[in-house]
Amino acid sequence: MAFREYKIGARLFGLALGGSMMITLYMPSLNIVEVASTETGLRKGLSYGRVGGFSVEDPFLQGEGKPKTVMLSQDPSTGQAIEPVYAYVYEAGTPFTSSIRHPRILGAGVKDLSLEQGRIGEANQASGAVFVVAEGSWNGESVSYIENATATRNWSPDAVLSAAGDANTRYIGSGKIMFVREGCWWCHTLLPEETQDWQVFGVPPRLGDYNSESPTAFGSDRKAPDLLHVGSRNSSREWMMMHFFNPRLVQPHSIMPRYDYLWGDNDAAGNRIDFVQWRNEYNAYVSGARVYPPEVPEPAADSEARYLIDFVLSLK
Amino acid sequence: MLKYLFARNEDIPHGTSAVYFGISSIMWFVIGTGLGSFNAAKLAFPDFVTGSELFSFGHMRQVHVMAVIFGWISMAFAMAMMYITPALGNTRLWSEKLGVWNCFLWNFGLSLALTLLWAGMSSGREYSDFPWFIDLVILFGIVAPLGLNVWMTVLKRRTQGIYTTNWFFLAGTFMVFIVLLVGNTPEYFQLTGLTEAYLTWWFAHNVLGLWITPVAAAIAYYTIPKITGNPLYSHRIGHLHFWSVVVFYSTPAAHHLMSAPLPEWLKSFASVEGVLILVPAIAFVSNLLLTMTGKWHYFVDNVETKFTITGVLLAIPLNMQGGFQQTRAINWYIHGTGWIVAHAHLALLGFSTFLEGAAVYYGLQTILRRKLYSLALANFHFWFLLIGFSIYWISMTIAGLIQGAGKIYEVPYIDVVIAEHPYMIARWVGGTMVFTGNCVWLYNMWMTARAGTVIPAGRLPHELAYER
Repeated sequence: MAFREYKIGARLFGLALGGSMMITLYMPSLNIVEVASTETGLRKGLSYGRVGGFSVEDPFLQGEGKPKTVMLSQDPSTGQAIEPVYAYVYEAGTPFTSSIRHPRILGAGVKDLSLEQGRIGEANQASGAVFVVAEGSWNGESVSYIENATATRNWSPDAVLSAAGDANTRYIGSGKIMFVREGCWWCHTLLPEETQDWQVFGVPPRLGDYNSESPTAFGSDRKAPDLLHVGSRNSSREWMMMHFFNPRLVQPHSIMPRYDYLWGDNDAAGNRIDFVQWRNEYNAYVSGARVYPPEVPEPAADSEARYLIDFVLSLK
Repeated sequence: MLKYLFARNEDIPHGTSAVYFGISSIMWFVIGTGLGSFNAAKLAFPDFVTGSELFSFGHMRQVHVMAVIFGWISMAFAMAMMYITPALGNTRLWSEKLGVWNCFLWNFGLSLALTLLWAGMSSGREYSDFPWFIDLVILFGIVAPLGLNVWMTVLKRRTQGIYTTNWFFLAGTFMVFIVLLVGNTPEYFQLTGLTEAYLTWWFAHNVLGLWITPVAAAIAYYTIPKITGNPLYSHRIGHLHFWSVVVFYSTPAAHHLMSAPLPEWLKSFASVEGVLILVPAIAFVSNLLLTMTGKWHYFVDNVETKFTITGVLLAIPLNMQGGFQQTRAINWYIHGTGWIVAHAHLALLGFSTFLEGAAVYYGLQTILRRKLYSLALANFHFWFLLIGFSIYWISMTIAGLIQGAGKIYEVPYIDVVIAEHPYMIARWVGGTMVFTGNCVWLYNMWMTARAGTVIPAGRLPHELAYER
C-alpha cells in the first residue's frame, strides 16, 4: 500500500471523524428521539401531510396529495351538533403523515394513547381516514394524542368534507407546499428566538412542536417579520389577499415580491383576471392619477393563492 | 474538449480535464454572480421584474447559492485537484478520461438540477435544496468519480511523502462524500422534526467546514510556495491546521440553531467547539504569511499571489467573526440578520473565491502553456472583485447591525426595512461589480487560451508576466 507510512494517521483520522459524528449525530439523536409531541406538533403534522417539499407524488410542488383541514360543528355520521373540532381529512390514497406511518416518532405516551385509544394503527391509506386531536391521560398527566375518527366515530373522509363544506375547509397542507416552493422562508423565519422575540413575535417553539413535520423550514435570514404566530397577530383574510397580490397596497414600504401569479387565470367568480389592466390601473394610482387602487380579485377556491392564505392563517 | 470523451485515455493530453473544469468554473461563476446581482436588485427594488413566477426572488435565491457552491467553488476545486494532485505526486492524473467525463456530467447534471430547482422542485432545506434523487446523482455521479481520481492519483504518486495540499484534497473529497451521504438522510428516509432541522444545519455547516474551507486553504498551500519559490514555512503548523480542522471544524453544527429548541448541552458544546476553529485558522494564516517572508513584492507584482494573499488575509476577519459570532453572548444580537449574509459572503466570495481564483489563473496558464492575455484585465478583475465584495460585506454588516438593534429594541419591522434600504442598494452595486469583473475574467481567460503568448519550455508563466 502506498499509504503505509500513513498507517497511524489514517487510523487517527477515522477516530477523529468518527468521534465527531458520534458526538454531533448519535448523542443528540438519543435526546431528540425521547421528545414527546405537543398538541401543536400533532396538529402541524396532521395538517401538513407526509412532506412539505419535493415528493414523488408531487414532484413540482403543486400542492397535490395533501390532507385537508376542516372545522366541524356537527357529527357527519349522526348529524348531531358537536363541540367545534378540527378534523384532518386524508382522502383515499393521500399519503399519511409520518406520525401515522411511524407512531414511535410521537414519543412515549403520545404514541401509546394514539395506538390504544386513538386506534391510528387501523387507519388505511388506500381508503383514506379522518383524524382528530384528542385529550387523554398518561401516567397521571394530561396528554394530547391522535384519534383515528374513521375507526372510533365512523367518520368517512367524504362525509366529513361534505358536512363541513368549502367555507370550513382549509388547504393548509397544500399551502405549506406553496410556502416552500415560493421561498417565503428565505425572508420570513418560522422561529421566534429565545430572546426579545417573545414580546413581538410570540413564544419560541417547544421541543415537541415539530415531530412529524418535514421540512421544518425554520429559515435563517430574517429580512421580514417572523411568521410562526402570524395568524394570531393578523387573522384578516382580506388583508392577506391584498398583501399577497401586491404587498405595497397595504404596506407602501414593503420589499416583498408580488405573488399575483398565484391567483391563476380566473378569479372566484370564474372571470378571467386581466393582470395588464390591473397593473395599469395600479400604476395610475401610484402616480396619483387615481384616488383608489384597483380592486384585488377574489382568489378562486382551488387557486394556489387560497392554499397559501390558508396556511399562513393557520400559523397561530 | 468533447472529442476527448470517447478518446483512449493515453491519447488525452495531460491537463485536459483541468482546463475543461477551469473554464466551466469561470462560466458558472459568471452565471452565479449574475443571478446574485439580479436577486440583489429585487431586494433593493421589489417591483423590478415582477409578477412572474420564474423571476420571483423565492425561485431564484437558491439557484444563485447552488450555482456558486456546486458550479463555481466546487468546480474550481476540481480544476485545482486535476492539476495540483498529479504535480505534487510527480505523476500524471490517474485517469484523464474519467476527469473529462466527470466534468461533462457535472456540467450537464448541474444545469438540469438548477433548472428543476428554479422551476420549484425543492426539498425546502437550506443548502441541501436539491431533492433526494439529485443528491444521489451528485453523490455518485460527481463527488465519487472526483474523489476516485484524486485518491488513485495520490496512490500512484512517485514521491515518498504526501504534501500538505494533498492531505486536504484526500480528506476533503472523502469528507464531502460522507457529509452529503449523511446530511441528506432526512430526504432519503423522510426524517422529520428536529432531526430534519438539525441535520439540515449539520450538512450546511460541514459542507463549508470539511469541504470548502480546507480545500480552499489547500490551494493556498500550493500556489504560494510554487510561485514565490519559498518552501512552506512549517510542515508541522500544516499538521496542526489539518488535524484541528478534522477535530474542531466537524463538530459545531448546532451553533446555527442557537435559538432553536435543541438540547442545551448540544448548543453549548457546539459553541465552545466553534471558538476552537480559531486554531486551524491561525495555523493556516500564520503559516502562509510566514511563507511569504522576503518575497512580499510578489503581493504587488504577481496577480496569483495577489489573489491568494488577499484570500488568506480575508480569512482573519472571517474566522474572528466565525469564532465569536456563534457564542451566546453575540449570537442573540446578530442571529438571522444581514450580518450573517455578510459573513457567508466573506467565506465564499471573500476568502475562498480569491484562493480558487488564483488556482484557476495559474493552472490555466501552466497547462495551456500560454501567458495571460492581459495582465491589466486581470488586475481589473481583482479590484472589481475586491471592491465589489467590500461594498457588499460592509453594507450587509451595517444592515445586520440595524436589524439586530431593531430586534432587540422591538422596533416595528417596517422601520427596519426602511432603514436598511440604502444598504440594499449598496449590496446590489457591490454584487454587480463582482459580476462585471467576472465577465471580464471569462473574456480574459478565453483570449488567453486563444491568443496568449506561448510560454517556452522550462519557464513558469509568472516569470514572463512583464515581458512582451
